Amino acid sequence: MTAMVTARIPAAATARALAGRADARPARWRRQLGAKLALLPLMAVVIVVYLGCMLWTVRLSFSSSKLLPVQDWAGLQQYGRLFANDRFLLSAINIGIFGVLFIGGCLVFGFLLAVFIDQRVRAEGVLRTVFLFPHAMSLVVTGLAWQWFLNPTLGLQKLVRDLGFADFTFDWIVNQQMVIYTLVIAGIWQASGLVMAILLAGLRGVDEDLWKAARVDGIPAWRAYLSIALPLIGPMVVTATVLLAVQVVKLYDLVVAMTRGGPGIASEVPAKFVMDHLFERNNIGLATAAATMMLVTVVAILAPWIYARYVRETGRRA
Amino acid sequence: MMAPMTADMPSGRRPRRIGIARIGVYAFLLSSAAFFLLPLWIMVTTSLKPMAEVWEGNILALPAQFTVEPWIRAWSEACTGLECNGISVGFWNSVRILIPSLVLSILAGAVNGYALSFWRVRGANLLFGILLAGAFIPYQVFLYPLVRLFSQAGIYNSLACIVIVHVVFGMPIMTLLFRNFYASLPVELFNAARIDGGGFWTIFTHVLLPMSTPIIVVATILQVTGIWNDFIFGLTFAGRENLPMTVQLNNIVNSTQGERAYNIDMAATILTALVPLAVYFLSGRWFVRGIAAGAVKG
Repeated sequence: MTAMVTARIPAAATARALAGRADARPARWRRQLGAKLALLPLMAVVIVVYLGCMLWTVRLSFSSSKLLPVQDWAGLQQYGRLFANDRFLLSAINIGIFGVLFIGGCLVFGFLLAVFIDQRVRAEGVLRTVFLFPHAMSLVVTGLAWQWFLNPTLGLQKLVRDLGFADFTFDWIVNQQMVIYTLVIAGIWQASGLVMAILLAGLRGVDEDLWKAARVDGIPAWRAYLSIALPLIGPMVVTATVLLAVQVVKLYDLVVAMTRGGPGIASEVPAKFVMDHLFERNNIGLATAAATMMLVTVVAILAPWIYARYVRETGRRA
Repeated sequence: MMAPMTADMPSGRRPRRIGIARIGVYAFLLSSAAFFLLPLWIMVTTSLKPMAEVWEGNILALPAQFTVEPWIRAWSEACTGLECNGISVGFWNSVRILIPSLVLSILAGAVNGYALSFWRVRGANLLFGILLAGAFIPYQVFLYPLVRLFSQAGIYNSLACIVIVHVVFGMPIMTLLFRNFYASLPVELFNAARIDGGGFWTIFTHVLLPMSTPIIVVATILQVTGIWNDFIFGLTFAGRENLPMTVQLNNIVNSTQGERAYNIDMAATILTALVPLAVYFLSGRWFVRGIAAGAVKG
């Protein structure tokens, strides 16, 4: 990408010089004006929405706003309340548990699917289609499907009991201790096909000679995948991880559809905390403080990655 | 099916690998496939049973007394609160949201991508960088100020409002898609058009847009599934008259008073998933290409 852009600059400059000689100066300016005008909506979106609204939210989190936004300065008052709020603390713990298990689960399962599908199996196309189709479904649909499947009275639990295991219990979805894990299962179901697709593309790009060399050296296949292929597809693993991490922070639809944050408040998550306090509980100060904490978390996760990319790219350019 | 098999035969790998390892591979893949298909299976079977059978029978079993009544009722009679007009209301709302959002977001992405890749406007790359970074920020950070802005403009809770929101939040990925696509085209094409005196819009509409079909297909797949599956924007910005299908589905299933009709719930759920599923199954490899393009964002 970077190489292409830099390579194009001289060519474009020549074109501009040619055009400048052929046309009058104002015409050239007018043409550049076209591009500038075309980028106005982009500029407006960046300034008004991505920067303006973000700063506004952060600003509100330092005010004493309740039902209506107030422009006073309340220092860290809202943050004090936020970190004394059981529901928020539980949300934070939940998103931590969900994040680790969901990302870990998707990566491991997705990698295994990619490796096993890479074994020259029959009906590869069909299997890939089956593994990826949940990704086309919305998280609301995913949540409702799993809510029904895990329904203790009529779903999986009843099914196994009817088979003769009368004591079988699988009531995680109505169990305060376990409900967060049902969200993990549904999340993995929806997203691991995506990891499979990304990693399989990576595996297919690994040099055939490396496999041959590994086979000649008598390295077992599993070892070759772990020690040779996995490091080579590292960038794909990073990409998948970042995509999954973004999904984790945004987690909202799935919870609303599947558990509504319950039983009790057992499966509350930060995004839902913000939504509820904005639109139902009318506590704008607390909601924007929680939103700001989400923002800080994302920046903390992404900053090292963006920094690494930036350093790498400038390094290449130099 | 035959061709890859014969191609594999002479490699000499197959004979060695038959046996436990091979069985293990298929066992893992088939049980994984079962894991992915199971929820879909129970949704379909449940939606085709009368409620008596849902209560009594086995969740996995095929319907003994096959009925499409739950589908008809889900489409035209299912209740959200006091209104009982079925999920069809949400379906048509989603269509009305989808079409303008789709066209405008793709157009915006194409123009942005074109301006960013062929015209060196000062500061444009900085704007683009911020836009891309913005794609990673949780929506909750923007929602409240946006609600205030839209209220002040007098369009909060309207079709225009939800369409603008989809265009705005689709802009990072759409711009990225088109920018990368145009950057991969030979620059001589653009230079030739400029030497011929083509202006900004002329070059766009006459030279680049006609070449953009593949990327427009990818963008369409991404946006149709993305916009159709959206929940949070529809909930926040569409207003009660325009609630999209996902929001209405959640209202139907999760706010029912009294005894729940699981068969109708599941029929409504499948109906909501049909559009993106159709896109997925019809588009095949293009869908994966869309994901790969989306993954570039990472």
